[in-house]
Amino acid sequence: MSDKVAPLRQPASPASTDALTIEVATLIVEALNLELTPAEIDPHQPLYGEGLGLDSIDILEIALVVSKRYGVQLRADGEDNQRIFGSLHRLVEYIIEHRTK
Amino acid sequence: MIAYRAGAPIRAAQFFADVDRVAHALGGARHVLNTCVDRYHFAVGFAATLCRGKVNLLPPAQTPEAVRQIVSLAPDVVCLTDEPEQELPLPRVLYPPDEAPGETAAATVPEIDAARHAADVFTSGSTGTPLAHRKSWGGLTGGVREMARQLGLSAQTPCVIVATVPPQHMFGLESSVLLALCNGHALCAERPFFPADIAAVLGSVPRPRLLITTPVHLRALLAAEVALPPIDLIVSSTAPLAPQLALEAEQRFDTRVLEIYGSTETGAIACRRPTHTLEWRSWPGIALSQQGEATSVQGGHIEQPTRLPDLLEITASGRFLLHGRLTDLVNIAGKRSSLAYLNHQLNSIPGVEDGAFFQVDESRLAHTGVARLAACVVAPQLDAPRLLEALRRRIDAVFLPRPLLFVAQLPRNATGKLPAEALRALATARG
Repeated sequence: MSDKVAPLRQPASPASTDALTIEVATLIVEALNLELTPAEIDPHQPLYGEGLGLDSIDILEIALVVSKRYGVQLRADGEDNQRIFGSLHRLVEYIIEHRTK
Repeated sequence: MIAYRAGAPIRAAQFFADVDRVAHALGGARHVLNTCVDRYHFAVGFAATLCRGKVNLLPPAQTPEAVRQIVSLAPDVVCLTDEPEQELPLPRVLYPPDEAPGETAAATVPEIDAARHAADVFTSGSTGTPLAHRKSWGGLTGGVREMARQLGLSAQTPCVIVATVPPQHMFGLESSVLLALCNGHALCAERPFFPADIAAVLGSVPRPRLLITTPVHLRALLAAEVALPPIDLIVSSTAPLAPQLALEAEQRFDTRVLEIYGSTETGAIACRRPTHTLEWRSWPGIALSQQGEATSVQGGHIEQPTRLPDLLEITASGRFLLHGRLTDLVNIAGKRSSLAYLNHQLNSIPGVEDGAFFQVDESRLAHTGVARLAACVVAPQLDAPRLLEALRRRIDAVFLPRPLLFVAQLPRNATGKLPAEALRALATARG
């Protein structure tokens, strides 16, 4: 693996994961106009259905803001979509692994 | 070629062999609720149901409450599904495993009488009971044949249909299933969701390609920085498409965008090219007549005179402008319901003393194709998570209220009515 690619693939430090979690939570709250603060989203709660109560239109909206900010194109069939949107934490892990900007 | 899955073609002989297999698996029930997620499976199930002389049921939603209502109307209904973990409360027929292609001999094409009762498509009704709209095979195929003609599609140059809408409602059934089965085109088994999925499915099939979609998905496709393979035609329906969105799509994807208008009751009846005109042109043979604000349609493939749920301005013979909803119908991303139905469900929840849904922001609807509903509720014994959980079992998630306001009482006027303005004022005060 070349040095150019390596930095993107290295596991993120806990501190940067926390910072990204708040950043992504803020993106979600702003994009969906949710009536809560980013800190109120439990990182381990499901985003779909029960939990945060989002539906497929919201997920599409989140996918858009995530692709714009981090250059991550989400795929329903490629990766396990249910897993990625299983929680904010998993979405953040996915972004860390696949971000291009 | 009748279909593609993951870019691999499925021939008509394979389709008819599959129809035969599934027809045998369906058993004795007269009604079939087809929840197959794979569009090819759905098409096979739809045709198998038809060939066995059974009736396809298409409910307005697949929530447990909507399914319970369907069961009360058709107690013998079975659910044909391709998801082993699906848990709807009714007898289930699992779609048999796909067979490897290439083993089937030429099959005979079944002949279906035009008068055959093919499907009951349900609207949510206004009193909490779904209303069945009976579709004959001839009515369905007649409408779709005209749709093909109006979209400029010819069986001589078969196209491949990629659709982001499910096949389980009227527009999805006509445009993404029947257009292929009855008019010589091919459907894609996938239902791509994210922009990158749409690009991948389009890229997996040959041209000419037809993309069937909605304003919500089209907007996402434009906003995403995803390169699309050439699309020969885009067709949008289920909600008004803003002309600027249509223009942007035509320019970016170097294609034409056509828009279809219809209803559950009538199927598709008119189309337009939003970048050229706001005027809709109805299918030849369909007559529009007006009485007061209401417009009725009859003739063509329409089996009985039907009143449209929208306010129309007839501009010339067979031409009209749309001026919004006449009734309390709501349509969010292709899912249809009515305020009366949603209110009925809300007020049926134990602990709810009074409650009402209302529309908050119509300008957002015109802009993005999505406008959420809000609701006010008097329910001192309940909190928001419990109430939302109860609602989720009854109505589709896209109709869940945002915001959900708990109030001491609803702003009813002297006659007990709830002026929309008063409800919106409540929402603004809280917002």
